[in-house]
Amino acid sequence: MNYEASYLAIGIFLVFVVFVIWLSFYLARRTRSAKGYYAAGGRIHWSVNGIAFAGDYLSAASFLGICGMIATVGYDGFLYSIGYLAGWIVALFVVAEAMKRRGKYTFTDALDSKFKSKGIQLMAAISTLIVSMFYLIPQMVGAGALVKPLLGIPRDWGVIIVGSTVIIIVATAGMVSTTYVQFLKGGLLIIFSTVLVIALFTRGMTSTPDPGGGKKFHQLKSIDATLARDGTLVLSNVSYSVPADWEKSAYWQNGFIVLWESATPCPLSSVWRVEKRSAESFLLTEALSVTELPEGTRFYNGAPKESHRFFQVGHLSEIRQDGKVVSETEPLGPMSFLSTIKNSKVVLWDKAIFKDGDIDVTIYYQKPTPGDRVMRPGLKFKVGGAPIETVNFISLMLALFFGTAALPHILIRYYTVKSPASARKSTIVAIAAIGFFYILTMFLGLGAMVNGVVDVTDSNMSAPLLARSFGSFLFSVITAIAFATVLGTVSGLIIASTGAVAHDLLDSFLGLKLTDRAQVVAGKVSAVLVGCVAIILGIVFKGMNVSFLVGWAFAVAASANLPSIIMLLFWKKTTKRGIAASIGVGIVSAVGLILLSPSMYVRYGKLASEAPFALDNPGIISIPLSFITLVVVSLLTQRSTGNQNSKVDTA
Amino acid sequence: MAEERAAKAGHTDEKSSAYKTRLGVKMFLVYCAVYFGFVVINSVKPTLMGADIGGLNLAVVYGMGLIVLALIMAMIYTNLCSKEERKHGESDREGQA
Repeated sequence: MNYEASYLAIGIFLVFVVFVIWLSFYLARRTRSAKGYYAAGGRIHWSVNGIAFAGDYLSAASFLGICGMIATVGYDGFLYSIGYLAGWIVALFVVAEAMKRRGKYTFTDALDSKFKSKGIQLMAAISTLIVSMFYLIPQMVGAGALVKPLLGIPRDWGVIIVGSTVIIIVATAGMVSTTYVQFLKGGLLIIFSTVLVIALFTRGMTSTPDPGGGKKFHQLKSIDATLARDGTLVLSNVSYSVPADWEKSAYWQNGFIVLWESATPCPLSSVWRVEKRSAESFLLTEALSVTELPEGTRFYNGAPKESHRFFQVGHLSEIRQDGKVVSETEPLGPMSFLSTIKNSKVVLWDKAIFKDGDIDVTIYYQKPTPGDRVMRPGLKFKVGGAPIETVNFISLMLALFFGTAALPHILIRYYTVKSPASARKSTIVAIAAIGFFYILTMFLGLGAMVNGVVDVTDSNMSAPLLARSFGSFLFSVITAIAFATVLGTVSGLIIASTGAVAHDLLDSFLGLKLTDRAQVVAGKVSAVLVGCVAIILGIVFKGMNVSFLVGWAFAVAASANLPSIIMLLFWKKTTKRGIAASIGVGIVSAVGLILLSPSMYVRYGKLASEAPFALDNPGIISIPLSFITLVVVSLLTQRSTGNQNSKVDTA
Repeated sequence: MAEERAAKAGHTDEKSSAYKTRLGVKMFLVYCAVYFGFVVINSVKPTLMGADIGGLNLAVVYGMGLIVLALIMAMIYTNLCSKEERKHGESDREGQA
């Protein structure tokens, strides 16, 4: 879809960028030591660290992805919110204080605190880099994808601007500037999402919502069609006509029909969904279509993008309040907002893909759905269907729950505060801020779903487009925050990777024994290199939907890192070889199973059913496998490391 | 070297840490049970999630409840931990974070 660039949004974003760059140079004076660079000198206040956790964690995937998913499939998108938040309980109750007590700068330090093992240093650093890269690529690609429609700047420039800004943030003052950027971004995101939700409540609901941005609500039409004795199709609306050979077209075979938008053949046509009522009678409902010619030219509803024939969708076809059908409601509260949607009927959109000769056709058609179906799981995750779907769902919820507390860029934030108690308190601030934000995602997503703002070709735009329906100011602010979101998360990932390269690999594993000053220089050089790699990856993967890589990051973190953390803390027989093997098996099994999964097979251009592994989410296999590996290898290597294991851990 | 480091780590451990660890594990198991209760209902009897609860349904109440419960349990946990830290005279050091 086409969006006009907003100069206000560009202005707000530039002010933010200039401010964080100034702040980074200002703070650079405080970060001359390695402790200052990698762990902000351990001097960050726990409340600031808590909001910075939110800024670190609430990535573009959380903000744009979850809102978009709720806007298109309802409650199933909210399952991610629940899982991502629940993961913080593992962080708080099990990991926070123990990690703070054991580590110095990185997650590898904590794992290695007892053993001083090269194997652990190498494996944990590799795991950190893999998880961070999986997380990083979608953020960089997302930056490019956002910048074009929202700021009107070419894609590659978006990636370069975001990448360079982050390099400056991280290479100047390391963890100190990263923390304050994340604090600012986390705070702004939560404040303006709250403003947007309040605006949404105040507006109430109507069955003809105004999508804003100079666009009008598109009233969807339907036409009765009857098959005449001579084999022609007679329409109830004479403004449309049926092309010849309609019955033989690929559209008809797939349950659709193309109609000319005139009583006689004309250049303008539209696609309609065909519902069979009887052998001779059909109901045609308006659909949206995207066609792509072999050379790559795309048409939206039969015309180039610039013709603006494509429209935004999402509305309630029937609003029911207190048992009565109404056309609009008064302002709503949080509870009445949810109950109104639950009792009403929502028009969702489904997708059909087929080939018409050598033209690729994608059709988005209406799927009126009762509100109570939208408000419970099952539209995306087919729970209650085939057993394998249920196992897939459990596996996903497992990875979300156990992944958070094992993400290296989250764990390093524990070293920026003074004491284990501060680590605990900052986690609680994080839970409050992130939990509150995730509750907001439910309202933002459902709000987009019923306010006529959904772009069926890109659900990630739902939150910014919802903001646009409230005017250009809120749109500009939310857009600028979406970019700030990318900056905050990418900074955290780059500093985590920097720690893995400069501290874990160069200093610890290779035993270079760098001086304090040299560690800072190594960190800054690594930040520039990792940043450049991030920019290149962002450009290489451009245009690809790579948001699934965030899921990989969680699966690898939960499989490779968490078993080691838990067992190190709670099982006195854990050995260094056990930990190293468990991390290795976790990485290999999680990545391997993902590569053999049905959704990857579809990406290879094969059939999902050909995939050797039936699940899309490997956690249910790879997490236990990593635990078992740790136990077996530890038991087999008791003698060689027995001396080091004699002390029972109390934390 | 390893012993030296372990001894150092032991020195910086607060006296309250054994208590905090036990409490953390117990509260983690409680939350785990509630979380996986949600996952199990969705897996075994998903239609139950549509059950009406005060105008909303079980899916919304349970889902939002999991988020709110996380915060409530986090507050209880930190209050109990702080109490234990004060008992061992560790509160001043923590308070100045």
